[in-house]
Amino acid sequence: MLCDKCKKNEASIHITKYVNDEKSEVYLCEECAKETGHIDENDVFSFKNLIAGILNPDTKDYEFQQGEVLKCENCGLSYKEFVKEGKVGCADCYDTFEDNLLPLIKRIHGSEKHIGKAPEDMHKYLRVKEDIKQLKEEMEQVIEEENFEKAAELRDEIYALKKKIGSD
Amino acid sequence: MFNKNNITLSSWIKQKGNEDQIILSSRIRLARNFKKIPFPGQSKKEQLDKVVSKMKDILLNKNLKINGENYKFNYIEIENVSPVKRNMYVEKNLSSPEFVKNGYGKILFYDQDEKISIMVNEEDHLRIQILLPGLQINKAWQIADKIDDIIEQNTEYAFSKKWGYLSACPTNIGTGLRASVMVHLPALNLSGNINNLFEVVGKLGLTVRGIYGEGSESSGNIFQISNQITLGSKEEDIIDNLASVTKQVINQEQTSRNRLFSEREVFIKNKILRSYGKLKYAYSISTNEAMELLSYVKLGMEMGIIKEIDSLLLKKLFILIRPAHLQSLIGKEINSEERDIKRAELIKNELNVKGGKI
Repeated sequence: MLCDKCKKNEASIHITKYVNDEKSEVYLCEECAKETGHIDENDVFSFKNLIAGILNPDTKDYEFQQGEVLKCENCGLSYKEFVKEGKVGCADCYDTFEDNLLPLIKRIHGSEKHIGKAPEDMHKYLRVKEDIKQLKEEMEQVIEEENFEKAAELRDEIYALKKKIGSD
Repeated sequence: MFNKNNITLSSWIKQKGNEDQIILSSRIRLARNFKKIPFPGQSKKEQLDKVVSKMKDILLNKNLKINGENYKFNYIEIENVSPVKRNMYVEKNLSSPEFVKNGYGKILFYDQDEKISIMVNEEDHLRIQILLPGLQINKAWQIADKIDDIIEQNTEYAFSKKWGYLSACPTNIGTGLRASVMVHLPALNLSGNINNLFEVVGKLGLTVRGIYGEGSESSGNIFQISNQITLGSKEEDIIDNLASVTKQVINQEQTSRNRLFSEREVFIKNKILRSYGKLKYAYSISTNEAMELLSYVKLGMEMGIIKEIDSLLLKKLFILIRPAHLQSLIGKEINSEERDIKRAELIKNELNVKGGKI
């Protein structure tokens, strides 16, 4: 497709504008897009544009229009705003926009499953237990030195850790 | 004239580290968000305040013991600090360039040695960062892991079983981990092999950026190599991959250096000594030119061509000559023409003495 403005170069940029909920589309070549201020010279290959490009490819116009009315109930971010900035507004957005995010995440990471550190996993539990053991030893040490103020501090720390992992 | 009391240098700048001829620093960054509070871009002022006060509770007025070392935290509120002071934190890599722009509720925490810094209310609620001199990615991760645990014991993170730690940008979800090394590669750059290297590095899931991270330019033959993907690998594997590729990069740079000195001896010696001469006698010098010349002097020192200066002095100069540090040393804001003159003066002063004056 040729650029709408110069009608010479191949259009590489697709701009969808919403004015008062009216949708209009423009196809521009990179040069004309720069000239008309639609893109910043430094911005052409930014993540924002790449994400927007992946989420709103020409072939998926239908799905995009459907997604357009989506809005996160928790933070109020609309799908439109998400596509524009390439950023979500809160943890709940990951549920709200899950269907749209999944292909994007697969493309960025080549994976869709986290396998690293987790707040509540077993390693964590064991590590906290190890910390408690160390703190206990330290507490015994300071009690021997009759530093009871420090011992009380350590006791509270141990208590907090135990509470955290639900052990007594 | 230049008052060193106006600045503090982070430990990664002042201290030596493994492989520090080529690896200037190792960095771990974790992106974390609090559960139930929208990410900063969608948060209301009270919500941003809540994040700040929570972090103050966790970090301030106590000694945090991490792997046997004590950390005591301090903080600055970005909006209450002058632009020059803000940019100092960017120049020493404690903050991203984006973070020091005006914005409500932005707080930067850092410990007494500036090893740990935490950007609060950047794009995510927390950007926890560990910076160490030389090649110490594993050690940096151990510290990051612990401080992350300490924060988590006092709050609840936004976490999904499927997608891991959630972040404002889908590119950061999963581990939320960005591990990086800052590398000094003058010989690879001079020999024209640097682009090949970047290509190979890219195939291994890593990416190369400029000195201030994403979107910034390279200067003084300094680059940052970091993992590209944050979801689907364990933290330890991400770090191992970066560490092993970094070792290859070190080998490649060493080989290039040896080749330069055996095959193009006159060229490289001339380049090094001319750089040294310019730094010693210039009347005015820009940041970029100074960075480049310092890079060749560092190379010359490491190859035994220049013997009378100290390696840590050069590392310090790489930071001190940058605009915000320079203006802080002088104690006032000056325009770029005056800065170039003062910069030349500072370099001249420092190179006069083996270890420098500051």
